[in-house]
Amino acid sequence: MIAPLFFYLFALMTVVSGLMVIIARNPVHSVLFLILSFFNSAGLFVLLGAEFLAMLLMVVYVGAVAVLFLFVVMMLDINIDEMRQGFRQHLPLGLVVGLILIVELMMIFTQDVSSSNILATNVSGELSNTAMIGSVLYTEYLLNFQVAGLILLVAMIGAITLTMRHREGVKRQVISVQNSRTRNETVQIVSVDSHVAPKVLEDSRAANKQLK
Amino acid sequence: MGDISLIHYLMVAAILFTFGAVGIFLNRKNVIIILMCIELMLLAVNINLAAFSSFHGHITGQIFAMFILTVAAAEAAIGLAILVVYFRNRGSIAVEDINMMKG
Repeated sequence: MIAPLFFYLFALMTVVSGLMVIIARNPVHSVLFLILSFFNSAGLFVLLGAEFLAMLLMVVYVGAVAVLFLFVVMMLDINIDEMRQGFRQHLPLGLVVGLILIVELMMIFTQDVSSSNILATNVSGELSNTAMIGSVLYTEYLLNFQVAGLILLVAMIGAITLTMRHREGVKRQVISVQNSRTRNETVQIVSVDSHVAPKVLEDSRAANKQLK
Repeated sequence: MGDISLIHYLMVAAILFTFGAVGIFLNRKNVIIILMCIELMLLAVNINLAAFSSFHGHITGQIFAMFILTVAAAEAAIGLAILVVYFRNRGSIAVEDINMMKG
């Protein structure tokens, strides 16, 4: 009896915070509403019996992607008022497109989506959700899984190479140069005559006298 | 209230997807908001996949929701990296300033 209540709570919060993402004035507020939306849809996933996906949503989206957005929004110096220009101007077009989209999607639901060959059983049988995902992911979808890892690797390398900056005049440690140095080119033995002061010393003494 | 059926989840996903699409139209100037709208749309797709997976008793939907999650994370990382580089070069992230390629 309590499950429908929670569904409506999570669904309402997801939809409302989704709306606030697009109409909030401040981009930082938008990101925070996006995080709220992710949290509530994680609740929806738990109600669906997809606990692993819910936790993944928390860790990957809230923990990584949303925080990345937050960093970028705070790092870039954006003029908020300038960004809001054209909001009212584009409002009619956006509403028309949104209306058409939502009507079309709702027309699908007038058809019988839950056709007859649907199994009535829930996904979580005797195995837990995570164990089921693991048993399928590492056998049947092994290739897809590895390609997903490859995509993440490419994304990581791409992000690093894009944002890495080569600044001029910064002293860097070059280990190969350090290791290839020999004693002959770095150390020099100079015999200094101990009775006569070196010329550098004489010059500095003269300069001191002049100052006095 | 009644029981929660597949239709309920699909409706939530549909509304969320529509918000994402409308958001792209409304915030034509701000690339960051556009990226966030894309994330919203991907989230709606994920809800759809998980709902079908749960109600049809087949785990494959959740597997593919995971793959979508992976691609979304990669897309966000690359998109924000491009955004940071662009801001560093031009000092602005307005969409209409992105016209150097005259495309």
